[in-house]
Amino acid sequence: MKRGLAILNIYFEVFRKYHFLLQDLVARDFKLKYRRSILGFLWSILNPLLMMLVITAVFSNMFKSDIQYFPVYYLCGYLIFNFVVEATNGALTSIVQSGYLIKKVYIPKYIFPLEKTTFALVNVVFSFAAVLLVILITKMPIQPTILLIPIPVFYAFVFSTGLGLILASCNTFFRDTGHLYSVWTTAWMYLTPLFYPLESIPESIQKFIFYNPLYYFVTLLRELVIEGRMPDPAMHLTCICFSLLFLLVGLFIFKRSQDRFILYI
Amino acid sequence: MTYAVEVNNVSMHFNMNKDKIDNLKEYCIKLLKRQLFFEDFTALQNISFTINRGDVFGIIGLNGSGKSTLLKIISGILKPSAGSVTVAGTVAPLIELGAGFDADLTARENIFLNGSVLGFSRDFMRQKFEEIVEFSELEEFIDVPIKNFSSGMVARIGFSVATIVKPDILICDEILSVGDYKFQEKCEKRIQELMSDQTTVILVSHSIEQIERMCNRILWLERGCIKAIGGREIIPLYQPDFEGRDS
Repeated sequence: MKRGLAILNIYFEVFRKYHFLLQDLVARDFKLKYRRSILGFLWSILNPLLMMLVITAVFSNMFKSDIQYFPVYYLCGYLIFNFVVEATNGALTSIVQSGYLIKKVYIPKYIFPLEKTTFALVNVVFSFAAVLLVILITKMPIQPTILLIPIPVFYAFVFSTGLGLILASCNTFFRDTGHLYSVWTTAWMYLTPLFYPLESIPESIQKFIFYNPLYYFVTLLRELVIEGRMPDPAMHLTCICFSLLFLLVGLFIFKRSQDRFILYI
Repeated sequence: MTYAVEVNNVSMHFNMNKDKIDNLKEYCIKLLKRQLFFEDFTALQNISFTINRGDVFGIIGLNGSGKSTLLKIISGILKPSAGSVTVAGTVAPLIELGAGFDADLTARENIFLNGSVLGFSRDFMRQKFEEIVEFSELEEFIDVPIKNFSSGMVARIGFSVATIVKPDILICDEILSVGDYKFQEKCEKRIQELMSDQTTVILVSHSIEQIERMCNRILWLERGCIKAIGGREIIPLYQPDFEGRDS
């Protein structure tokens, strides 16, 4: 027990030493992403808004009777989904891309996937301005529970970090991972009720959706933003279980394989 | 007497064949053909030695004898296949200057990024920023993206950042050959300064003259094994061998 604490303490000390690097790398990514664009980081808000317009134009007629406040409904789902995809895609290539650093200096390697998920988190925080904007424009009643938005975002962040660690390890040994994952994200998008209500699909398929962690994160966010009710504890528990499961598996796989990364980059 | 570096029975193997495989298809084919686990390459074999505090320790050997692999193991970048390395104190690896520079960022941004790559805190970098810029003599280009710099200018910044702290152990891999002769002299002076108070230095160089001038203990590696270890007296043993190969 005491030894365990001592080891944890060492990890914490190392993280404290390198958290400046985490900040600097996030700042670098941010600068490079919006370099030479006139609107700069406003794109973090504009991009989901424009996406929402397109999807609303295409789909809102289809499900008009089923979904109230379709633009907000879609935007909530889109932001969470896009956040997870962006975070995990970044993490996936993070080790291979940082090969030039890993080969030359000692840096705790988890910094790289963690940096990508943190960068995605910064972006999604800006993007939530789009949700506020759309709520105001569509004159949807503002729920006080909207203040609890950080909770589902945090769950999604922990989940993405775990999944990102797994993907980063796999992709270092087998570059096929990236190709496969891009196909999977498309399938994943249709398996997550982003622009359709869960009830609109056959029950035989609904069963699969209940295994999809994103379904819970998205539903939790929508309950807070649109319906304005506190999600029940079972919902939170499901989210926490999924997030922690992926984080622990991710940490385990990453720790087991990180010493061999350098031979493959 | 405690040692600054203790290298204990270290071996490093690379699987030459496996290293090139990075996709699933090739992996399966090679697995079926049973080619996967062959061609073991031994970069280092059962290396054991110790470095005392305050030593200037030179490592010599021909290309491919394992010098850089050994340095990477000591600085923690590579994990050895077998054996262990114990290092007492902070290590500043000057293995490649400007590790982690981003070509699109300016010199100022890169100095801070490089500092955090080496594990320095933000406040510390702010304090030392002026000193770093002054040493590199690149004041007028400080807000220019690094991609417009020459390689010598990049190396200047890298050296200035890496040597801003007094580490317990300084690892140099052929870095004294950066920049013009004036800057080289400046670099060597800075390293002499660092050496003056009990800093342990590990130096890899092909310049025998430099090794002889600076080092008090020397390790001679040949094909991943220790050929000789001792004081300056082993240089004459190495030198004719070297010349013999050249002519």
